[in-house]
Amino acid sequence: MSKRHVSAIVNGDAVEFLTDPGMTLLDALRDELELTGSKEGCGSGDCGACSVVVDGRLVCSCLMLAAEAEGRRIETIEGMAQASDLHPLQRKFLEHAALQCGFCTPGILVASKALLDANPDPTETEVRYWLAGNLCRCTGYDKIIRAVMDAAAEMRQARVVA
Amino acid sequence: MPQFDYLSPTTAEDAAKALAASGARALSGGTDLLVQLRSGRTSPSAIVDLKRIAGAIGIREEAGGFVVGAATPGAIIGEHAALARAWPGVVEAANLIGSTQIQGRASLAGNLCNASPAADSVPAMIAARAVCVIVGPAGRREAPVEAIGTAPGRTSLAPGEFVLEIRLPKRPAHASDAYLRLIPRTEMDIAVAGAGVNLVLDASGVVTEAHVALGAVAPTALLVEAAGAALLGTKLDEAALDKLDAAARAACRPIDDKRGTTEYRIKIAGVLARRAALIAYQRAGGRA
Amino acid sequence: MTDTLERPDVKPDLKVVGTRPIRPDGAEKVTGRAQFGADFNMPGQLVGKVLRSPHAHARIVSIDAKKARALPGVKAVVTGADFPNLADEFHEGGEAASNLRDLAMNVMARDKALYDGHAVAAVAATSTAIADEALALIKVTYEVLPHVIEVEAAMAPDAPVLHAHMYTEGLEERPTLPSNIARRNRIARGDLDAGFAAAEVVVQDRYVTQAVHQGYIEPHACVASWAADGQCNVWSSSQGQFMVRTYCAKVLGLEMSNIRVTPAEIGGGFGGKTTVYLEPLALALSRQSGHPVKMVMNREEVFRATGPTSGAVMYVKLGAKKDGTIVAADVELKYQAGAFAGSPVGAGSMTALACYDIPNFAITGWDVVSNCPKVAAYRAPGAPIAAFAVESAVDELARKLDMDPIALREKNGVKNGVKASYGPTFNAIGYLETLAAIKTCPQYAMPLGPNQGRGVAVGFWFNVGGESTAAVNIGEDGSAVVVTGNPDIGGSRASMAIMAAEVLGVPVEQVRPMVADTASIGFSMLTGGSRTTFATGMAVVQAAEKVVAQLKRRAAVIWDVAPDQVEWANGAAVCRDPAKSTGKTLTLEGLAAQSARTGGPISAQVSLNAQGAGPGFGVHVCDVEIDPETGHVTVLRYTAAQDVGRAIHPSYVEGQVQGGVAQGVGWALNEEYIFDRDGKMENAGFLDYRVPVASDLPMIDAILVEVPNPRHPFGAKGVGEVPIVPPLAAVANAVRAAIGVRMTTLPLSPPKIRAALDAKAG
Repeated sequence: MSKRHVSAIVNGDAVEFLTDPGMTLLDALRDELELTGSKEGCGSGDCGACSVVVDGRLVCSCLMLAAEAEGRRIETIEGMAQASDLHPLQRKFLEHAALQCGFCTPGILVASKALLDANPDPTETEVRYWLAGNLCRCTGYDKIIRAVMDAAAEMRQARVVA
Repeated sequence: MPQFDYLSPTTAEDAAKALAASGARALSGGTDLLVQLRSGRTSPSAIVDLKRIAGAIGIREEAGGFVVGAATPGAIIGEHAALARAWPGVVEAANLIGSTQIQGRASLAGNLCNASPAADSVPAMIAARAVCVIVGPAGRREAPVEAIGTAPGRTSLAPGEFVLEIRLPKRPAHASDAYLRLIPRTEMDIAVAGAGVNLVLDASGVVTEAHVALGAVAPTALLVEAAGAALLGTKLDEAALDKLDAAARAACRPIDDKRGTTEYRIKIAGVLARRAALIAYQRAGGRA
Repeated sequence: MTDTLERPDVKPDLKVVGTRPIRPDGAEKVTGRAQFGADFNMPGQLVGKVLRSPHAHARIVSIDAKKARALPGVKAVVTGADFPNLADEFHEGGEAASNLRDLAMNVMARDKALYDGHAVAAVAATSTAIADEALALIKVTYEVLPHVIEVEAAMAPDAPVLHAHMYTEGLEERPTLPSNIARRNRIARGDLDAGFAAAEVVVQDRYVTQAVHQGYIEPHACVASWAADGQCNVWSSSQGQFMVRTYCAKVLGLEMSNIRVTPAEIGGGFGGKTTVYLEPLALALSRQSGHPVKMVMNREEVFRATGPTSGAVMYVKLGAKKDGTIVAADVELKYQAGAFAGSPVGAGSMTALACYDIPNFAITGWDVVSNCPKVAAYRAPGAPIAAFAVESAVDELARKLDMDPIALREKNGVKNGVKASYGPTFNAIGYLETLAAIKTCPQYAMPLGPNQGRGVAVGFWFNVGGESTAAVNIGEDGSAVVVTGNPDIGGSRASMAIMAAEVLGVPVEQVRPMVADTASIGFSMLTGGSRTTFATGMAVVQAAEKVVAQLKRRAAVIWDVAPDQVEWANGAAVCRDPAKSTGKTLTLEGLAAQSARTGGPISAQVSLNAQGAGPGFGVHVCDVEIDPETGHVTVLRYTAAQDVGRAIHPSYVEGQVQGGVAQGVGWALNEEYIFDRDGKMENAGFLDYRVPVASDLPMIDAILVEVPNPRHPFGAKGVGEVPIVPPLAAVANAVRAAIGVRMTTLPLSPPKIRAALDAKAG
């Protein structure tokens, strides 16, 4: 079976790649586009390390065929910082020591940004349930939840000022 | 990952044609299909992506009811305020499928046609008396949701057929529904047991119509008529709830597996049916 | 009793130690740039895949790989025949000793497959699809043998025997028949019978835990390249690049200098990456194919073929006086080792009663092989299992005595000067201080509602030191690079930078910590046993001190004063010679700029074998609520206090405590290996192997108790392992309080609790 040509927008830039029909979006991002920030922890949608946003929806890129990405707009961890300015979530994760090994971190950041884009003032319970699909085995989640809440507060403050 | 053809037709008729080929499988959200592909449990000759068919993603109100496109992800279902007001049980069941990420993709039709006995949205849809619009090589037909699953992983759909949309009926006054499931954690698990309850009350709070469906306690989700009947003519007093509990348990034919024991599943089916009934009753405006 | 606590000789005005700077590797990790095991690629690399046994126990009659080799795109196929057979040889790795013979056979089966998932062949091909196809073309003929998984079943005289050469060690008489019991160990003191005879209250029970996995989110991954001249490179995610080098050299019969191992960032290990699975296979495939080979496990392989830690059956009997004095303890521990000998029952035995000062006790441990994956180290290996049994029994004792569980532990708790149950005499421990911290924490006084319960448990871990190397190199601008040989698994770069900055007297941002490959730094034992901040940290401190000594000498040269007339303060040399101008300074930057004319580059390296890691104690309190109809347990509140010596970077110390608690709660509530009738793992994925998710847990309060370790320059003790020891029992004791039934078998999943409630109701 021949490869398919896929055109998509990744982190604001037009990209093109060839894919086997069976290739997942995660494989395409990592192997074809060399965006290795999205990780594979399970390949079955149970860990969230491969989280990306497709047309505004948070998804597991391991559960999407690369061929489905045709014409879609995809955001990954590599697009989160603006040039050298870290996103408030990225800064707060560092300030709160919300990562230990750092492997789940890209997926959790992408998922957290999707949360704050949809809900700028989440409760602790809302953050915990939103992130239930992102496994972290190092931190016990405590500092992650605090970092997300703190980033949300800072971003709300910034909006008020602006 | 195995090799296959990927097709993304833009009309229902083309999709039916593509699916009629031997070994073709329909793809909506893909949250079950991709896992099966990867593990080798399925090796289709072609994947037919339904998402580019007009109307496959979206919710519209029609004749007082709702029509949910086959590939509409849970996240969109959860954001539809009118649907959530009319069918809160169906919406909460759809939103219980997997994580936020899964909600970005997983659909009602996919949940139904994957034919897992533990699918969360199916008991809720059955209790809601939802109807599937099925498209196939022979044209369109309709079937109630409970007619789709025939055994774990098996459906009554003929070759080439797929579910294009799911229709939820018009709601009378004093009506509501609820869905509950039991999982070992708080998220991310497959239901050990699930119960959907759909009630219609009269102005005084007496149940005039009741449908109860159970998940994960038999090879397919069950519509338990005796459980619904136990609530008719009552205000969900303790005796009615006991009858409901007993009828729910009596209908169960579960298996022992890594997710739960037979004994436990049966007990929990009764507990969940009771609790879901009370929630639905309260939502419908009743006061127990 | 003389209880003079030695205080470390540290300046009271620490400027950097104890602060919370941003970790030096942080920006790379929050932007997705950090390279983990699977993120590295080599030009021309092949894809390597492993064929695994579908049987729990089977003789490998033959392997026919002709069709696989003939498949276009397949470049190499290896089986057990491609690896040398090794003799018994024990290698001390830092967490536990490994028998290299067994390690080699675990990497690739020879005549028998010993568990579902055991590697039996591996291929390298030009694509994943071709590699998968090749695996399907390898024909392995098995003679399926009866299997055994559960530990007591494996100990039975009629159990299927895994290793015909295994005769139980540690018995009074050498047995005449082989068995699955690799070893019995025994620790005893006093007169057990007399102790129980004097006891006024006795509790005893049988406790069961299941095998659980470390559950790191990053699957094992490596790239290996074997050059035509025999020089090899390996990039891999592990807890020790030197460990990978040693094991690859041994398994393949190579010289260590011909293998260079570069550590990738490691996506969690918890002990599970203290051994090799893929690296020797990738090297063998690379040798045969002449190409670099990349191998990445999928999650199912991680569960079926790596980790876990032991399932166990334990018997605990405690005897006490009515005043709460524990006078006798009899503990028997039976641990699964997996397919090869070497369960952590030794450490389980040594830690089981380590928190208690008991005159008469006996601890018997059994190391038992069975047809499940060879256990790997898992955070305080062996200790949480034993603590589950002992701490549950102590809780029962407190109930029988009607005593507060903390008061009972205070009454019997070890103090400085007490000879530990496992041998040495305690010194500078902070156990009683840690108990006091929980007794006075807000949670301990909070009222409980209906169906709620509170549980207390304590835990101990030795912590270890060991061999480490560190180098400190000063740049021409005065900035510092700290090089170590220990992978940073949870923020150790930050603590290395802090300690170097403290000694050098510079801001932490002026220090760049690096983790070097095996050719670029001296030998270092792996990151494990909670040793890195202690032992490698000590090497960093000593190297930084050597640099400071050099800087002082160079300032003396420049000022033409005696070296002892120079002090080092605030990142600068200070002249103390009254004959010259006292108080003039030369900064690190200034000295670095002049290094060429004062003796050349400023640099120091220290290799040491650190001793005196201070043991750690933790005291946890857990509040739960039970849904009596479903048996579902909700953890409402959790506070963990721990003696950490001194927290170098408190945020990452808290993180270690919180992470350990979360893993322990998972172990207590839902995690378990489930095997089907044929011995195959039924839940080899994160869907049904249920690690805690964010919504399962409350905030976890970490109380850091600081009783400094006199053997570390800044007082640090290991912190990573203690916090997983108490939670199993803390949760179980809370459940006991909530439902009135003692649950003795983990996990405490909803069906078990509901069944217990139904049994109680009759």
